[in-house]
Order: sequence, then structure tokens, then C-alpha cells
Amino acid sequence: MSGHQDLRIGVDVGGTNTDAVILDADDRLLAKTKQLTTTDVTGGITRALEAVLQTPGIDRGRITHVMLGTTHATNAVIERRRLRRVATVRIGAPSTNAIRPLFTWPADLRETVSAGEVVIGGGIEFDGREIVPLDEQALARFLEPLAGTIDGVAITSVFASVSERHELAAEQVARRVLGDGVHISLSHEIGSLGLLERENATVLNAALAGVAADVAGTLDGALETLGLRAATFFAQNDGTLMALEYALRYPVLTIGSGPANSIRGAAFLSGADDALVIDVGGTSTDVGVLVNGFPRESSSAVEIGGIRTNFRMPDLVAIAVGGGSVLAAHPGGATVGPGSVGHHLPERALVFGGDTPTLTDAAVHAGRARIGSAAPEPRFDELLRAGLAVADERFAEAVDMVKTARGDRPLIVVGGGGVLVPEDLPGVSEMIRPPHHDVANAVGAAIASVSAQVDRVFNIGPGGREAMLEEATRQAQEQTVRAGASADEVEIVEIEELPLAYLNVPAVRVRVKAAGPLSSV
Amino acid sequence: MLIDEQTLPALARGCSVLGAGGGGDVHTGLLACRQAVETYGPVPVVELDELPDGDMIMPCGYIGAPTVSIEKLGSSHEGEWLREGLEELTGRTVAALMAAEIGGSNGLQPIGWAASLGLPIADADGMGRAFPLVPQVTMEIAGIDPSPGVLTDERGNRLTINASDGQWLERIARTLSIEFGGRAASTEYTMTVAQARSATARGTVTLATEIGRAMLDADEPVAALADAISLRCLIEGKVVDVERQVTGGFVRGAAVIEGLREDAGRMLRLEIQNENLVAIEDGVVRAMVPDIITVLDTHTGAPIHTERLRYGQRVTAVAFPCHEIWRTDGGLALAGPRAFGYEFDYTPIEELA
Repeated sequence: MSGHQDLRIGVDVGGTNTDAVILDADDRLLAKTKQLTTTDVTGGITRALEAVLQTPGIDRGRITHVMLGTTHATNAVIERRRLRRVATVRIGAPSTNAIRPLFTWPADLRETVSAGEVVIGGGIEFDGREIVPLDEQALARFLEPLAGTIDGVAITSVFASVSERHELAAEQVARRVLGDGVHISLSHEIGSLGLLERENATVLNAALAGVAADVAGTLDGALETLGLRAATFFAQNDGTLMALEYALRYPVLTIGSGPANSIRGAAFLSGADDALVIDVGGTSTDVGVLVNGFPRESSSAVEIGGIRTNFRMPDLVAIAVGGGSVLAAHPGGATVGPGSVGHHLPERALVFGGDTPTLTDAAVHAGRARIGSAAPEPRFDELLRAGLAVADERFAEAVDMVKTARGDRPLIVVGGGGVLVPEDLPGVSEMIRPPHHDVANAVGAAIASVSAQVDRVFNIGPGGREAMLEEATRQAQEQTVRAGASADEVEIVEIEELPLAYLNVPAVRVRVKAAGPLSSV
Repeated sequence: MLIDEQTLPALARGCSVLGAGGGGDVHTGLLACRQAVETYGPVPVVELDELPDGDMIMPCGYIGAPTVSIEKLGSSHEGEWLREGLEELTGRTVAALMAAEIGGSNGLQPIGWAASLGLPIADADGMGRAFPLVPQVTMEIAGIDPSPGVLTDERGNRLTINASDGQWLERIARTLSIEFGGRAASTEYTMTVAQARSATARGTVTLATEIGRAMLDADEPVAALADAISLRCLIEGKVVDVERQVTGGFVRGAAVIEGLREDAGRMLRLEIQNENLVAIEDGVVRAMVPDIITVLDTHTGAPIHTERLRYGQRVTAVAFPCHEIWRTDGGLALAGPRAFGYEFDYTPIEELA
């Protein structure tokens, strides 16, 4: 009680449970809890905070940081709630007129979000030249009648990943016409190659600005009620953190933070830097890959609420198999899921005296787990055996599919349903079941690390490849510091170069990721 | 037949299957066509026999980098400028547009342009599949002059190319497409309807649509494809190795598929140059270019582009006969195994084990 300030709380909101942990300055886990996720999300967060703070020996005064991985943004998109009105500006006439902005959006989402769309003259070529000059007058004409009626603007230029200069010039025009109160999202900061997907992600980002502000406000309120004076951080979808200010600017980066937190938590709890990670929940299982301590990113488009986007997301193989998956007899075997009893497991599973055979029952029956009190009746024997065999096969296939190369790899097992995973899986060199694996996601949120990345197309100039990589590296470091990392300790985690096909000039897509410890811890 | 919003997804799937792993992703082209038919109305597919002998067929598409096409989505005017250019040069009327290459995104693009021009699309193309080079078309085999070629961009820059042969046209057009920003809309090998009747791969728009329809409606799309066309299943398995480099602007490499289930214990090696060229098992060639080798996702049936192959994918590799024009001496000289650097002669898929 000497006024020591050295504890961090990590919170992660999942589909079924909201988990929280407390770590000390040496990253020892002092407390953990699992609470049911509530429909409003916020209620579950508050309850998890309360529960973890009630752990004996925890002094609230010692909490310095609260790190939150939440599904608010994802839910807002899926439920079309609390989204802001956004004007969509594409800098791409005449080179992109063949497909108009938001063409593939579901009508209801477009109606909720869009205050109007325009395609103005401008855009960049792959080699950095201007396609045509930016038509600033057209932009001003489009925005003037909207002033005062919109909350945000999303600006996307052709090949913004080669040069952002048209987007920056357009931002100036938008500021001049709309004033300072309006959120402006620029596509070069959000997504990579692929105009439509990047535009979609940029519009979503602008639409989510309000959700981020709401969550921040609610969390602040909850902390005050609980008597906590802590700095708040948000988990982003590579499993690192971002400062509140950064999260308000890039709310879309919170989407996908759950699986990313699990992977980072698995790395932390096991001490492994390169491994596969399987996170078994109540309804589904995610398998991801840990590379240099970070989740491997997906290289293809990811759908959110029916919209294709291309901002960075963890690369996962997801299967509808979890602890609550319902088993059913099937000619020649059994089916597992996709139906799940979810959080009704404690009433409906056979081992709890219920009437629904689940994968948890099968695991208990095979001696993998000791859960519940009732033994399943012998008439279920065959079904439980067959169901478990099917699940084992599905786990094995998912583990294999997520790999990028042949060869055995270690597998870290985390999540509440981790006991379902068999001791041996083909292609796995070592099965790692770290302590506290059931709250790996919340642990992942509490790891005090910050990252950012650049993903751009460079045309190799006079300085050659080295000058290009130097420039990319410098940008990644700067952004990482902006996201809240300590400037002296930022390191480059990953550099990837991809030459573009069918171009006989040297254009290269470069992705550089940098990370470092949080500056204020 | 009319190509409308309902037909387009099927056609896109079929173009992708005929792409033999190349030809570019169809997603952007599909959206552009959807917007075009929504704006201008559906596009009639016409039989070459129904058109006047002396009218022109305009083979067209994009030349350049697929990466550019996912940023520069296309303007609505390129088709119009190509036609204007061609009609001015030849003094004849364009009766229908035709895809120079049915495989991949170029199978779709001309449909959007046809919609905006109010012209039909010919039920034919210049390849019946995808190939990397401009002169690798059936018209070259038939002796059609590739010139005059017309090249345009989204700004309205328009060039006429009078090249000495198809190779020069390829060289000039490829270089100019870089200057245009990595991609150009182009037409070459323009011919009369009478010539087109014997110089093209006919019926391929219908074929692609039928392939797509069969697959998109099916619970088991791979089996549905096998029912729809005469097809050889090379292997069902998983991708266990992929090597791939981009050299000189082209994608080269190989992928190894290890058999699963009934094919357990077998291994198939696919050799790639933009498209899937040759399939080899135990040192024996099981399928070869110009026959079409396509890798499908075993569960969804979605064709997997050579640039997207990766370890762990559950795939079924299939092969089926190319258009018969490719099996002539002229066709094999242009796109047989030796044209791609192999030291063996072509054997049709039907005659291979």
C-alpha cells in the first residue's frame, strides 16, 4: 500500500466470454476472471473488471493501465448501429468510373453510413506519376452542401499506396470546407493494394469513429466508478496496443483484435516466438500462426458485415468446432457442429445432466477432461467416440491448412476448450499447453507492446533497393512511435518485398512492420 | 442468350475455370460488368453465323499488369474509343465485340464495353483459355493480320499500331501499356465475320456460362464440373510445396500436390508460367499445354490462380481438352510444350494415362 504503481489489466471481449487478467511489472499473472459477454458488451467489461479487482491482494491504486480488446466495432458494423454518416470521396476519375463507390455494399448499410459518394478527377499511377491532376474544385463543390450534415469523410485515391499526395491535398480541401470537427479518414493509412477493398475499409473506419469515442467514454466512466486512475489503451488486430488518440483515428484496426490477442497471449505464456496457435472456444476454433512473436497477416480480402476489405487482419483458419458443438449421429459416423449450445453448456451438456451430446461430453468420455458430474449414458458411447474422431480430424486439417510449408511445428493450445485438443496431432512437433491458457486472449491484450506497419508500392529509384527499404523502415518506425511506442526501443519486426507481375519496370510492394514497448510503462 | 446480372456470376466462374490458373482475377471485371449491364442493359450473345459476312469482329481486352487493374478499375469509354479507332481505320462497321482471351478477367471486360456501346458479344474468343502473350491467339494460327492494332487508355490517348507481325505487336503494346500507367485497352487481329468463323475458338462464351451455372448451383461443384464437360481429374489432394518467382514480369514456378483420400500416396507436380503448363506424376507427363489444367478448391470449386497457390490448400487438379485449333501444327508451334521451352511433343489429354 506504499503507492507502488505497477499493475496492468488486460480485458478481452469474446463471443461467449469476457476475460480479464492483472499482470505486474514483471509480467506475472496475479488475477484472472471469465464473465459472460453481455449484449451491450460494456456490461460484461464492467463485470470482468469488478471481478478481477476483487481478487485478494489487489490494490486498485497500483493499476496504471487498462488494455481493452473489444468487439464494439465489429458489432456496430454487423448490427448497423451507432455508425456515423460519411461522405465518400474517391480520387479516381476517369480511371475508375467502371465501378462506383460502395457498389457492393448491402443497401441497409449503405443507407446508414453514406451521406453521398463522388468520384473526382485525380489519382496516381503505379510509378508515381499523376494520372490526371486532382480536381479540387469538384471536391469543394461536392462537400459544400454537405457541411454541417456529416460526421466524417473517407478519401481514397488510386494507388495511394504509391503516393499519398492527392489524398493529403484533398484532406486540406475538406478541412477548409467542413472545418475541424469532422473526422477524415485517408485510405493510405488504412489499407493496401486493391482500390475497392481499401475504399471500403476507409469508409468503415470513418463510420466507426463514433463507436471508438463511445467506448472510450464508457470505459472512462467504468474506471471512475471502480476508483481506477489508469491510462486506457486499445488492442489492435496484430495483437499490440494503440493509444486512445490513435484508436479514435483508426477504429477499424480494433476489428479482429480478439484472435490476435489470443495468438500474442499464447506466445507470451509459452515463451515461443514461432509456432502455430489453436484457440478453442465454445462455438468455434481459430488456428493462427505466430511469426517472430506476431500473428501472421492474411494476404487476401477479409469480409466484415458483408463488405470486402483489405486492411491487415490475422490470417486464420476458423472451423465451427468448439466445446459446445452438438454431436449428431450420421450414417457411418457422426457430425460435429456447426450448432453449439454456447453458454448453455452447464445446463445442456450430458456431463452436467442435460440431454444434448456435445464435444465436451466426448472429451470427458475419452478421459481428456474432467468436467461436470454426470457420466453420459452408455447409449451415447458410440456417438461420443465417433464425434471425437471427427473433431480430431477437423483440428488436424485446420492445423495443417494454416501452415505455409511442410514440416512439423510446435502447437500452442489456448482457450477455454483447449482440453478438447488431443495429445497428438499429425504435423505437430510439440504440444504446448501453457499455464493460464484459458485467458490467453486477455493476457495478450495486457502485453505492453505497440506496433505499426507500412504497406506500399515503391518504384526503385536512383538510390536503389537500399534507399527504398530505408524509406519504408523510417515510415514504419515513425508510425509506431505515433501509436504510442517508446521511440528509443522501436525495432523492425518484419520486412517483406513482392515484385509486381507483368510489369517490366522495377515496382515492388514493400511491407515493413515495426514494434516497441509502450512508452509510458 | 442474353448476358445480364443473373448470368454474369456464372460466366465469371466459367472464365476463371478456362483461365488455367492465369488470366487475372475475375472479381473486378465481374463488378465492372454488373455496373455496365445495370446502366446500359443486358448484352446479347450472337453466333457468328447470324452476322453479315463483311462486318467486323473486334477482339479486345486489357494488356498489362493485373495489379494495376485492382487500382485503375477502368473508365467507361475505352470500348467506345477502340471501336471509333478501328472503324476510322478500316472504314467498316463493327458488328460485335469479342474477348481476345476468354480465360480470366479478359473474358469479362469486353462485355462491359459491349453493354456501353449497345453492341452484342460474339460467342467466341481468341484462345478458349488464357495465355500470356498477345500473339498466342487462334487468329495468328489462321493467318489474320494483327495490325492495325488500337491502344487506348482512360484519358482518351489513342494509338494505332502497324506492326510487322504479332511478336512486334506484343512488344510495342507491352511497352506502351507501361507508359499508359501499366495497362492499356487494346484491339488487334481485327477480322471480318466471314474470317472469324474459322479463325476463332467458337462457342466459348456459352461454354463458360454453362460451366459456371453447373458449378455455382451444385453441392459438389467439382463433380458438377466433371458432369458438365469432358474432364480428367488429375489428383485430389493438398498443396504441399509451392515455388514461385517473378522474373521479367512473368510468374514462373511449380507446385506439388500430395494425394488425399482415394489418391493417398500419389504426388503431382504442376509447372507454372503464369498459367498451369504441365502436370507430371512419377516422371510421366499427365497433362500439358495447350490443354487446360486448372486447380480447384476441393470444397468450394473456386479455381485457384497460380499466384494464389499456397501450402495446405485442399485442391483438385483437373485437365480438359483445349480448342481443336491449338492441336494443329500452327497451334502447337505457337503454344505447344516446345513453345514454352519443353523438350517433348504434345500429346492430347485424351491419349495420356
